[in-house]
Amino acid sequence: MSTDEAGQGASSAEGPGNSAENHGGSGRNLIQLVTPAGERISHPEFDPWVQDIADEQLCSLYEDMTVIRRIDVEATALQRQGELALWPPLLGQEASQIGSGRALREDDFVFSSYRENGVAYCRGVDLTDIIRVWRGNASAGWDPYTINMATPQIIIGAQTLHAVGYAMGIQNDGADSVAMTYFGDGATSKGDLNEAMVFAASFQAPVVFFCQNNHWAISEPVRLQSHVQLADRATGFGIPSMRVDGNDVLAVMAATRVALDRARRGGGPTFIEAVTYRMGPHTTADDPTRYRDANELEDWAAKDPISRVASLLERKGLLTEELQQHVRDKADAVAREMRSGCTTMADPEPLDIFKHVYSAPNTWLDRQQDHYSRYLASFGDPAGAASEEGAR
Amino acid sequence: MTQMTFARAINAGLRKSLENDPKVILLGEDIGTLGGVFRVTDGLQKDFGKHRVVDTPLAESGIIGTAVGLAYRGYRPVVEIQFDGFVYSAFDQIVSQVAKLHYRTQGAVKMPITIRVPFGGGIGSPEHHSESPEAYFTHTSGLRVVSVSNPQDAHTVIQQAISCNDPVLYFEPKRRYHDKGEVDESLDPRTALPMDTARVLTEGTDVTLVAYGPLVKTARDAATAAADEGVSIEVIDLRSLAPVDYATVEASVRKTGRLVVTHEAGQSGGLGAEVAASITERCFYHLEAAPVRVTGFDIPYPYSKLEMHHLPGLDRILDGVDRAMGRPNSLSGLEG
Repeated sequence: MSTDEAGQGASSAEGPGNSAENHGGSGRNLIQLVTPAGERISHPEFDPWVQDIADEQLCSLYEDMTVIRRIDVEATALQRQGELALWPPLLGQEASQIGSGRALREDDFVFSSYRENGVAYCRGVDLTDIIRVWRGNASAGWDPYTINMATPQIIIGAQTLHAVGYAMGIQNDGADSVAMTYFGDGATSKGDLNEAMVFAASFQAPVVFFCQNNHWAISEPVRLQSHVQLADRATGFGIPSMRVDGNDVLAVMAATRVALDRARRGGGPTFIEAVTYRMGPHTTADDPTRYRDANELEDWAAKDPISRVASLLERKGLLTEELQQHVRDKADAVAREMRSGCTTMADPEPLDIFKHVYSAPNTWLDRQQDHYSRYLASFGDPAGAASEEGAR
Repeated sequence: MTQMTFARAINAGLRKSLENDPKVILLGEDIGTLGGVFRVTDGLQKDFGKHRVVDTPLAESGIIGTAVGLAYRGYRPVVEIQFDGFVYSAFDQIVSQVAKLHYRTQGAVKMPITIRVPFGGGIGSPEHHSESPEAYFTHTSGLRVVSVSNPQDAHTVIQQAISCNDPVLYFEPKRRYHDKGEVDESLDPRTALPMDTARVLTEGTDVTLVAYGPLVKTARDAATAAADEGVSIEVIDLRSLAPVDYATVEASVRKTGRLVVTHEAGQSGGLGAEVAASITERCFYHLEAAPVRVTGFDIPYPYSKLEMHHLPGLDRILDGVDRAMGRPNSLSGLEG
């Protein structure tokens, strides 16, 4: 499929979705397969991409979304209890993360931002590893190669270039895996994302740009980042794009599968704008009531991604008490596991700060480590000295 | 042994690395068909193909950021930044990503990226083409920073940098690109002097003169001139700017009792300040005089008609040596 064909194909993909969040640009309609009321609507172009999602898989997606919402609740509680320094909730973005995350293959590689806890969950991350960073015990919670997902990126948009470089490597290796990168609406203003799209288009790299347009970059609304729909930005780079209802897990999965398939078949990059909403704060340190209208939140609550799937399941007669109990139990178990992993996590050792700065000895650093270890040893109890900061 | 220019020596080193390791991949602007604006990568794309020697779009952050992704995938990217003044566009990717990913991932992700930066002045260029940005990078932990001063080192150290599992900033003194020297291409980089080691170039007893990159030649010329006046200068080619091989500098200063450091970069917060402070800490009681810095001024790099005033030349270095020696000099009579 050529870039042009793909672009037109995506542009013509108009579902009967809502248009509440259009702001300027082409006014492209959202790709939607399930209405906010939970009605499954047909979409000739995208239906084939999720026709394998039988009742059982639908229940499983519902379970995933419920579990990661529960992870959010539990982590927020841990933060309020002083166990975590900070937590970035994804509340409201469950469909975007589960729909896209479950579309990935094991050998694909993810470069995400810092809010993709749901994607990490799909990749099979150990839950203790998710919170290691937010507890302050590590700069990164896991070895990226164990789950084929880079650790959270704080610098906005920086990871998009890493994904493109990784995709160029895939291309050189002659493999058919894909690099997928997640970022928010704010990142579309950054130079790095724009350079990433230039590189991706130039080399036709097998990469998927997955933008979760959650409408807010901390306190700044998306209209401050862009005067056109974000999906339209990709067009200028020659990258086909799709604009999907990010609260519709089936639509997100279908769009992601289209993009992944294109990349695997040598069709190059795709940009997906998943239109969703961050229903919680930016992080636990944020207070969205200072900048956000309560009515807006109410509007979006009506489009809640989890209740949408629940309604769909109900219409199909699948939302049994048995299923709901199973999902609750699973969420409880995951939350318990995360809490226990958090509270029993061993504190790092003081001299760990010197580890892994370099892969080979560095005389400057070795000297500083030696001097500091002598300093600590002068207290007789290295751990004690570190905890008595400023005691002298 | 073969006579070759500095630029050719780097080219030959890159060629060897490309031959020896299929994971080595070159990225940069104009490095393919053109062979780079200084021809350092001349002929490499023709021989190794467009997938090994990649002409990139004009985007420095893009070049470094994609190199990070390639390193994630197990490649060893060698990146060319066309001119020193263009490296700032890639600063965030270098200091926040390249430098920190090994630390961030507790060693799981290696960043064996070599960033080649033609640097320094003296070639009559417009602004942004003659800068000495090394201190920005020596200040960033996680990076190794080297600068070479002769064709043999250029040839060997580029191979050492590429095979190093840490990221390396490799500063090439562009005004020396056309200088010729003997290069033993059979020298094994694994057994040659390691890139993080300084080298004593000329032995002396009165003053230790530390230089790197483009000023090493000037420093040697100064030592020759000083010898005529009966002053014996020990010249040290630092080679590694991060980490600095203080053991070698310290041993020399313990012998001479005097230290002069010279570089093209501005003085404040420069590497000379770091060397002077570290040597003072390490061998204060062996110093006969305060360390002296002979550097560029704290100004934006000037227009080329005046650049030779900014760049430390032989006479300014000798004046600095006189200050260290307590001999009559340009600042004689000034208090403090």
